[in-house]
Amino acid sequence: MANQGVDRGRRRFLVAATTVVGGAGVVALALPFVASLQPSARAQAAGAPVEVNVAQIEPGQRISVSWRGRPIWVVRRTPEMLDLLPGIRDRLRDPDSDVATQQPEYAQNPHRSIDPEILVLIGLCTHLGCSPAFRPEVGALDDDWAGGWFCGCHGSRFDMAGRVYRNMPAALNLEVPPHHYLSDNVIVVGEHAEGGTA
Amino acid sequence: MAGNTADKIQGGVLGWVDARFPLSQLWNEHLAQYYAPKNFNFWYYFGSLALLVLVIQIVTGIFLTMFFKPDAELAFASVEYIMRDVEWGWLIRYMHSTGASFFFVVVYLHMFRALLYGSYKKPRELIWIFGVLIYIVLMAEAFAGYLLPWGQMSYWGAQVIVNLFATIPYIGPELVTWIRGDFLLSDATLTRFFALHVIALPLVLLLLIVAHIIALHEVGSNNPDGVEIKANKDENGIPRDGIRFHPYYTVKDLVGVGVFLIAFFAVVFFAPEMGGLFLKPANMIPADPLVTPDLIPPVWYFTSFYSILRAVPDPFLGVVAMGAAVVVLFFVPWLDGNPVKSIRYRSFAHKLNLAVLVVTFVTLGYLGLQQVTTLYGELTLRFGVMYFLFFWLLWFHSRERSAVFSLVSFALLVGIYTFYDFTRFDPANAQLLMSAWLLPTAYLFVTMVVPVFARNLGRDRPVPERVTA
Amino acid sequence: MKPPLIAILALALLALGPVSLQAAGPSVPLDRVKVDLTNQASLQRGAQLYFNYCMGCHSTQYMRYNRVGRDLGLTENQVIHSMIFTTDEDGELVNPGSLITNAMTPAYGEEAFGIEPPDLTLVARVRGEDWLYTFLRGFYLDESRPLGVNNTVFENVGMPHPLWELQGWQEKRADANGGVRLQVVEPGSMSGPEYDRAIRDLVTFLSYVAEPMQVDRQRIGIYVMLFLLIFLVVAYLLKKEYWKDVH
Repeated sequence: MANQGVDRGRRRFLVAATTVVGGAGVVALALPFVASLQPSARAQAAGAPVEVNVAQIEPGQRISVSWRGRPIWVVRRTPEMLDLLPGIRDRLRDPDSDVATQQPEYAQNPHRSIDPEILVLIGLCTHLGCSPAFRPEVGALDDDWAGGWFCGCHGSRFDMAGRVYRNMPAALNLEVPPHHYLSDNVIVVGEHAEGGTA
Repeated sequence: MAGNTADKIQGGVLGWVDARFPLSQLWNEHLAQYYAPKNFNFWYYFGSLALLVLVIQIVTGIFLTMFFKPDAELAFASVEYIMRDVEWGWLIRYMHSTGASFFFVVVYLHMFRALLYGSYKKPRELIWIFGVLIYIVLMAEAFAGYLLPWGQMSYWGAQVIVNLFATIPYIGPELVTWIRGDFLLSDATLTRFFALHVIALPLVLLLLIVAHIIALHEVGSNNPDGVEIKANKDENGIPRDGIRFHPYYTVKDLVGVGVFLIAFFAVVFFAPEMGGLFLKPANMIPADPLVTPDLIPPVWYFTSFYSILRAVPDPFLGVVAMGAAVVVLFFVPWLDGNPVKSIRYRSFAHKLNLAVLVVTFVTLGYLGLQQVTTLYGELTLRFGVMYFLFFWLLWFHSRERSAVFSLVSFALLVGIYTFYDFTRFDPANAQLLMSAWLLPTAYLFVTMVVPVFARNLGRDRPVPERVTA
Repeated sequence: MKPPLIAILALALLALGPVSLQAAGPSVPLDRVKVDLTNQASLQRGAQLYFNYCMGCHSTQYMRYNRVGRDLGLTENQVIHSMIFTTDEDGELVNPGSLITNAMTPAYGEEAFGIEPPDLTLVARVRGEDWLYTFLRGFYLDESRPLGVNNTVFENVGMPHPLWELQGWQEKRADANGGVRLQVVEPGSMSGPEYDRAIRDLVTFLSYVAEPMQVDRQRIGIYVMLFLLIFLVVAYLLKKEYWKDVH
């Protein structure tokens, strides 16, 4: 074994070339394995949009449906509930729904919905994913309570538009899922009006 | 000294680790300063390739486990779910199914290498023993895995193999029920095979492979000349015919990996069923305990032993013969007492013996895939006998035998199976029986009797001091 | 014998294996068919036949409607209107992401045909394309059978001739060489060549459904082979460079 006359440059180049080509191969092979962990065709089929008929919902009442395995709340708010919304602005963290990820554009308004009466929310706390309890009665939690949701896990509070109060564990408003009206009384949850999915 | 700064920086992190864990020592002992003979040839790729297939099987297996449902009601559909609904699931599954067959291709070639160059001989007997254990666990692993898709072949193949245990006198039937965990092959069997396949057997396999490699690196690698390179060291204590495993054999094995992967992925992408050898069409039908497929051959890597099972007319003796065909491998290091390791310096008779073993093993494998006919049945029996005769001849060629011993033992062996032929003589098949009789007889004649008269055919050649280039 | 030669022989035998396996198949000669899975028009015609004539009785339960639609270049509306006939428990058409199951219960199938109509997702992989092509063209009138038909490759088949309106009715006749051939005695809406082409389309679709990634698999395979060849060349040069040290 003689090391004289070794072309070190060529050797370095070939080591680098093999490493790069081999490394690219390993990465290319890893991609399908990583991709296989994404939701499968079955999960995507189960996550298809759901239709909700809102005609039966009494004023002040909430119904729950499931979309992608998550609870979706549909509430028909009374005029009194809606009237209380502007009054508590100062106590809210994001009263104007400035955080764009928490609702589609068409729900970025004072009542966070398409039809002011009908509120559609994903019923999971934005803190750590518990499902908050519906407490619509004014004064139910304390004297200032204007109705809304209370998360039993860590105490976050949300108003009747799903907006989070200040100084709560949760930092974001409850999320409004993509939805649109198929007719006056039928909502499709899970896709935008133009057909795009979430 | 110029290297000091670099040493200090290296000593920083590496030194910290080395003081607590022998990282550099392991690297040096097993790669950088492991001296391997410089004359490795084609046959020496298969050890590292077997490790590569192991990695492929473990990684793809982990991912398949995430999607597979070990439930008799759901298993079949979950495999199709992997093939269709899981993104790239088909690639992962085909890699796993193809990997199973390639594992055996590589392991068979690796074992044959050991036979060619006498790698099982002193001081490497334990490496061979660990190797045979690996092979047996691998067969169990493959068998358990084959049940999981819960297709017709899975089901009936497992039914047949599990029922082999029923032939054991007295305890057989209870034993089979215990293995199945039910009165028929059912969900209970599937779930326990799943547990064996994904955790129990792979753990044993890994431990055995580690033992195999530790034993190898303790005594050093054999080589195509069968020369002990450690017997000839230079003034620094480095074998004169040795080169460092890293980088020389790591870069060489990379070439082997390249060729292997081309063959492997050619099957994965262009012929994942391999014409029914790797994945059988009947396994695309969900298991049905009421309907048996027309033909239930095992997967190709079992068929040589399966043939031996079928060759014996008595069920229990068939199982014993099949078991013996595997167990006999353990004794190879002691059967072959010839001090010459490599086939290069062994006698013509021994070379022929090994060549006949290849023909025998492949023929038995082929016959195991076919329906039994009179012709095939007869051939299976003869080749089954020849399989065992190989091991006799291995012992016989341990040294040059006297004319008397050669002729007497030849006559005795031929006498035994000729006597058996008389007991089963059937005039209808007389011609077939007699022509088939010639197969083992010619085999023994050329390897035992001819060297008596042509002494140079039975004589080994001198082994060189150093390896040849 | 040089050792590598033995390995090459062993591998050659391995490669020959499949040929001999097929030789041990059914004794009835099969008509050969060449299907082209990249021919979307053929696949669409085949799918149309399948959804109109086959899925009344047979499920395709490992496949999803929208996957078929996507792979065959159909819009979601086309999928909904031309493929989906099954309804959920509320009587609404099932979602296009559903598996192609079937409204007929196994019990009904057993009563009608004496056997539960098998799922057809994988039938092309179980039977082979040639078998399906011959089978679907091999029905003939046979009064000894309860449904009045028999089949050349599937003797005493339980299935009636589903495509008789297209093919018409055939009878088994002796041919000049002492074999048998089938002759149309009552024509259907298609001519012989038209019917053969329709069956080829149907077999193409069944072949696709049995392994929907076939075309992708082969396409990706070519890139993988090219990549590995590059890797092999680089690795070989690297090996040669390092082995200059070894004398």
